[in-house]
Formats: sequence, structure tokens, C-alpha cells
Amino acid sequence: MVQETPDTESDVEPTPIDEARDNTVALLSEALGDGVIESEVKPGLDVWVRVATDRWQDSARAVRAMGFTYFGFVSAIDWMVAAEGRYENTEFDDPTTEVDSDGEQAIVTGYAGGDTRFQALARVHSIAEGFGITLKCDIGTDMSIDTWSDVFPGADWHEREVWEMFGINIAGHPRLRNIYLPTGFEGHPLRKDFPLLAREVKPWPGVVDIEDIPEHLQAQLEAEVMAAFEAANGGAAETAGGT
Amino acid sequence: MTATSDHQQAAYVAGQAADARVHVELQTGDMTLNIGPQHPATHGTLRIAAQLDGEMVIRADPIMGYMHRGYEKLVEVRTYTQVTSLVNRIDWMGSFANEVPFILAAEQIMEVEAPPRAQWIRTILFELSRIANVSLFLGDMGVQLGALTPVFFAFRDREHVLNQIEAITGGRFHPNFDRIGGLKDDIPKGWIQETKNCMVKMRQFCDEMEDLLVGNAVFQKRCRGVGVIPADVALGYGMSGANLRASGVDWDIRRDVPSPLVYNEVDWKVWTHPDGDSFARYWVRLQETREATHIVDQLLDGIPSGPIMAKVPRIIKVPEGEAYITTENPLGEMGYYVVSKGDLGPFRVKIRTPSFNNISIVPWVMRGVFVPDVITILGSLYFILGDIDR
Repeated sequence: MVQETPDTESDVEPTPIDEARDNTVALLSEALGDGVIESEVKPGLDVWVRVATDRWQDSARAVRAMGFTYFGFVSAIDWMVAAEGRYENTEFDDPTTEVDSDGEQAIVTGYAGGDTRFQALARVHSIAEGFGITLKCDIGTDMSIDTWSDVFPGADWHEREVWEMFGINIAGHPRLRNIYLPTGFEGHPLRKDFPLLAREVKPWPGVVDIEDIPEHLQAQLEAEVMAAFEAANGGAAETAGGT
Repeated sequence: MTATSDHQQAAYVAGQAADARVHVELQTGDMTLNIGPQHPATHGTLRIAAQLDGEMVIRADPIMGYMHRGYEKLVEVRTYTQVTSLVNRIDWMGSFANEVPFILAAEQIMEVEAPPRAQWIRTILFELSRIANVSLFLGDMGVQLGALTPVFFAFRDREHVLNQIEAITGGRFHPNFDRIGGLKDDIPKGWIQETKNCMVKMRQFCDEMEDLLVGNAVFQKRCRGVGVIPADVALGYGMSGANLRASGVDWDIRRDVPSPLVYNEVDWKVWTHPDGDSFARYWVRLQETREATHIVDQLLDGIPSGPIMAKVPRIIKVPEGEAYITTENPLGEMGYYVVSKGDLGPFRVKIRTPSFNNISIVPWVMRGVFVPDVITILGSLYFILGDIDR
């Protein structure tokens, strides 16, 4: 079990080093030159590498040549925090109100950084090394990335999904067609500004049940439960409580 | 012959043309055959548009989405504890196994670890899900070949495993039992012994299947050398699980990737087959099911005592971070890429399901096969529709 807990992390003074994953990042930087923009290694856990948008397909070839032949997935992330969905019915802690100096909503991306609202995301695995690598790339205003299906044939379907769900064009893809959605579907459902209509029709009550029951209701609830219990047991609860 | 009228002349020409047509090769156009979306071999609503030249498939194109439920969108508006009840429905044959990678990913971001007892019970339930899932395949593969008996045996014996899952979780199909930091509940009294008895029955079931199908001449003829997938193609398409191991790739996440699940504590073997055909896929799954019963037996003997829940807050907020966790699910490699922004629920979840990648090889593997083999190859790839469409 190679998992770190906060306790062991504070005990161990030198920061843990993951040679295999560091080495992978170094090799990839060597292969792509300045194509590798940023990387993050979590020792013993995982590695993220962000590559330049125009080197997206080259990065696939590079990792494949490095032994990462086992294809995982291709997907994308929309980093915009939208009012639809989770924050629809809440007035507190609304991150959509946070704006940067330009008056526009700031885009905060995850590991290995990024500047754009959309990011492509892909995962490949090396059977020899025994770990995987997550590749990311920014998607600019042209909303287009190169296809991976020339390198990993399995990327074909994943990219069709990205195309219909995020509206990201996949340049060089052999057959960009809908895979899940019906032909002619309007909108891109996994974008954050695509409203989840079911939520608009009926607010989700799920938020309520994770809050504590208010105290005045708690007493009332307990009294009701006890009354029901007594009614069911014909007053046996009273004697049990008395002794 | 002399024609006496225009009418007779026309009839004569028509007759000559008909005779000539018999002697030249028939000019047949490509025919498109729709298999599904309601075909029994598709385990749900998968449609395969096959272009045929005579009896041969030129191109087969799976068309899915008839059951797409949009889980990746739905989990974005749910809290972490609510997500497990959704993802149960992805691979409905081995539901518990769907919850585990998501919970492990959330635990990795939170830097929480479930206590050992919880990890052991998780692993046991994980393997029980595998047995419940794959045992149905072992019988179902017979149906694709016209043998009806095995599937009834499979449904009969699978019930023993479902009973054990129900006894501990309360749900036959949708346990919703895994929690961040542990499990919902402990195992009931007498469950360990009952599960051991159940494992004995499942081993008998595996032997039965081996007797019924593997040695059967028809089974061998229909499956050996059909639908061969070489290892490098399988890797490029991201095939996983028994499909990958049947192509000779010695790779099992349970053994090869460090994980909180306790597979390293028991003695077991990863089965591979070099052939990569339909028969190999069946054979590997059969061995794996038997191996899973041995894993469960060993785990049952060694469950440590202690709590089943780590100390986690009642209202779970997962700090900012990303994690991708995969596990060796009954159908193959299942992974959740969880992105958290410090909220009550995940910001984005990419669900990498095994069947989606396994089926994406269909256009490749179905070139040049005969129509009846389409069914056996589909059956041997073994997918669950919910796992493709999620």
C-alpha cells in the first residue's frame, strides 16, 4: 500500500522523489523541446504534463515511442464556473461572482496549469513502467485540436464524444459524427453553460439532507418517534425508561 | 424459331435473357444488415450496421447512444456521497465495482485512507461483483452459439453470489455501499461461512461450464481462430481486462498498480492466453472467475478486526485537486478522472468505461468475418450496454 497520509508526510523531512515519473517528464521534454509547457509530479501517485496546442499530436507520437502504448482515453474539461447546475439555487459561496481585473470571470485550471477555458485531456499507460501519464493541452479561440486517432486508433470514438459534448473540432479526424447524441442535436451538453433542464424544472432537494437537523426540530422529531414507539409497544417503553 | 407476332418476339427475348442470367455471375450490390438495437446478443440496445457482401461482413459500425444517460453531466450537480448511487448503474452486473474507483479517487484527493478492515471487505465485495458479472457471461456465451443450457445454470448459480451481496449491502443489484473513508456497514454474523459455501458452489459452476462448453466440438469450431485480436492492436484501442489478457498481454491492474485494495495480501495468479480469439477470451474469463473464488476464500480468512470507517466529516468537502484512479473491473479497466474545486461535489468527472474501448475495436475486428461470427465475436468481447452508454 503506497499511499501517503498527512501524518507520514509531516514526519518525512525530505520531499519524496519519484524517479521514474520525473524521468518520464524529462524524456518527454527532450522529445518535444519547448512543446512541454508545464508538468506536475505527485510522487508515488501520478504525473501531469501540459503540452503546446500545436504539438498535441506530436506528444501522442512521443509518448507512444517512449513505451506508453496502452491507450486510456481522450477527453476535455470546461474550466468555466457557470451559474447553471450546482450553483443554481445557492446564494452563498457563489464562485461565479469572482471576477479578475478585466471584469471577466477568472479561469482557474488544475494541475499543470493552463490559460484557456477549455483543455484537452488524455491518458496513456505504459505496461513496462507500470504507471500512466495524463497529458493536457490548452484549446484556443479556434476551438480545435489535432486528432490522436492516427496514433492510437482507440482515440477515434473518444474524440467523437469530445466533438459533440464540448464542441471542440478535431482536425484530421476521419469521421466526425455524433456518437451518443442524435444527429442534429443543438448545443454541447458538457459545457458548463449548457443548462441541465431537469434542474430548472425541479430544484434538487439533495442539498437539504446533508445539513444538520435544526435543534427545535430534533426535539420534536424525537418526541414523535417515541410516541410512535410507545403506541406500537403498548406502553412498554415507559416501564423500560423508568427502570 | 420464327416469331409470328411482336408479342411472341418479346417473350422470346425475355426468356433468352433469363437463361443468360443464370450463367453469368449474379451482380449483387452491398447489403446493409441492421443487427439490433433489440438483438439479444447486444445485451441491451446496441445497434450494429453491418455492410455485407454475400455472407461476408465488409464493414461493421456500432451505433450506440440509445441508452445514454449523461452521467458525466449529472455528477456535476451532485455531492460526493450521492454520486455512488448513480455510478452503480453503469455496469449493472457488477455494481459495487463501479463505486470503488470513484471513492478511491476522492480519497486520494482528500488524503484519507479507509481502515484495513474496510479495504478487505471492499476487496471481497469487488471480487464478488466480478463473479456475479462474469458468471453470467460464461453461460451467456453458450446462447450466442445455440446452447441454451449454460445460461440457465449461470442464472441459477449467480443467485448465490447475489444473495451474499444482498446480505451485506441490502441491494442485489445496486449496493450503494462504498463511502469515502470506509464502508456503510460491517458484515453480518455468519456471512463469512455462507460466502465460503457459496464459493464452493461457484467453483462447481465453473467446472460445469468447462465440461459443457470448453470441450465442446461446436464451441471450439465456432470460437477458435475467430475474431483474432493481436496484442498491439488491442493496446492501441485501449482494450482492457480479460480481452487484453486473452491477447497475451500480461497486465492486471489488481497486481501491477499500487492500490489501497489488498490484492497483494493474497496468493493468486493472472491468467493469460496467447491466441487472442473468441475462445481465448472465454477461457481467460473462466479461469479468472475460478481464481476470484480463491481470492475471496483467502480474503475471508484474513479479515482484520477494527473500525470500518475512517474519521471523515459528516459533510464531505473534497479539497482542490485532480486524481485518476483505475481498477480492474469485471469488464476491464474502469477509471474516474475526478476534478475537484473544493466543493461538496466534483467539478468534472470523466468516466473511462471498459466496454466503450472494448467495443471500439468492432469495426477493426469485424472486417471479413461471416455473419454468424458477428454474434460470437460480440458475445466474446462481453460488454454491458450501460458501460458503453453510461
